Amino acid sequence: MSDNTITVRFFARLREELKTEQLAIEATPGMTAGDVLAELATQGGPWGQLQGDQPVMIAINQAMAKPGSEVKAGDELAFFPPVTGG
Amino acid sequence: MISVQSEDFDVAAEYAALRDSGAGTGAIATFTGLVRDSGDLQGVTGLYLEHYPGMTEQVIQGLIDDASERWDVRKARVIHRVGRLALCDQIVFVGVCSAHRGDAFAACEFIMDALKTSAPFWKKEITSDGEHWVEQKESDLARSDDWK
Repeated sequence: MSDNTITVRFFARLREELKTEQLAIEATPGMTAGDVLAELATQGGPWGQLQGDQPVMIAINQAMAKPGSEVKAGDELAFFPPVTGG
Repeated sequence: MISVQSEDFDVAAEYAALRDSGAGTGAIATFTGLVRDSGDLQGVTGLYLEHYPGMTEQVIQGLIDDASERWDVRKARVIHRVGRLALCDQIVFVGVCSAHRGDAFAACEFIMDALKTSAPFWKKEITSDGEHWVEQKESDLARSDDWK
């Protein structure tokens, strides 16, 4: 992995439906979590749900974040469905 | 103290540890959540629980810190199991020691309610007909919002 990548992780239903636990994307200046969602969604198929009706929660470096939150090289970005523990 | 684990836990041992929190403790409130046979689906035979290692523990610690600012909390213990669980298995334990019952009840309920809507755990129900990721409930969000 080069120094300019963001690690993207998926959990639960998203991990299963995307058949992806983790991937790496190239960071670009000013990139936001929403930009990453939009880019991944262009792959179509199950990836389209990242911009669909179902809410997608976002965490950056293991803290809750928003679509407008900036991501940079070295960050861990995670996408997951609303939580249902307890 | 926070534990996220696949192993079961012993409520009596957890209670004994909470009781050992000093002479200032006058009340201990505990909650235990169990796997039941109906949720989003009927005929549930078990659950599968997934979490986000690292973030989960940080979020729960934040909830204990919040509770400690709002109420008298002498000691708090949260255990949440992950992996495959069977019907009637224990899922989650929250225990709080306080000087008085009001603070112990409130802090215990707050931590449990907030955990359900903010700690990154996901639950999948397993039935004889298949599996289903549980949807977040409006009622859980409302309970959590009530503490704000």
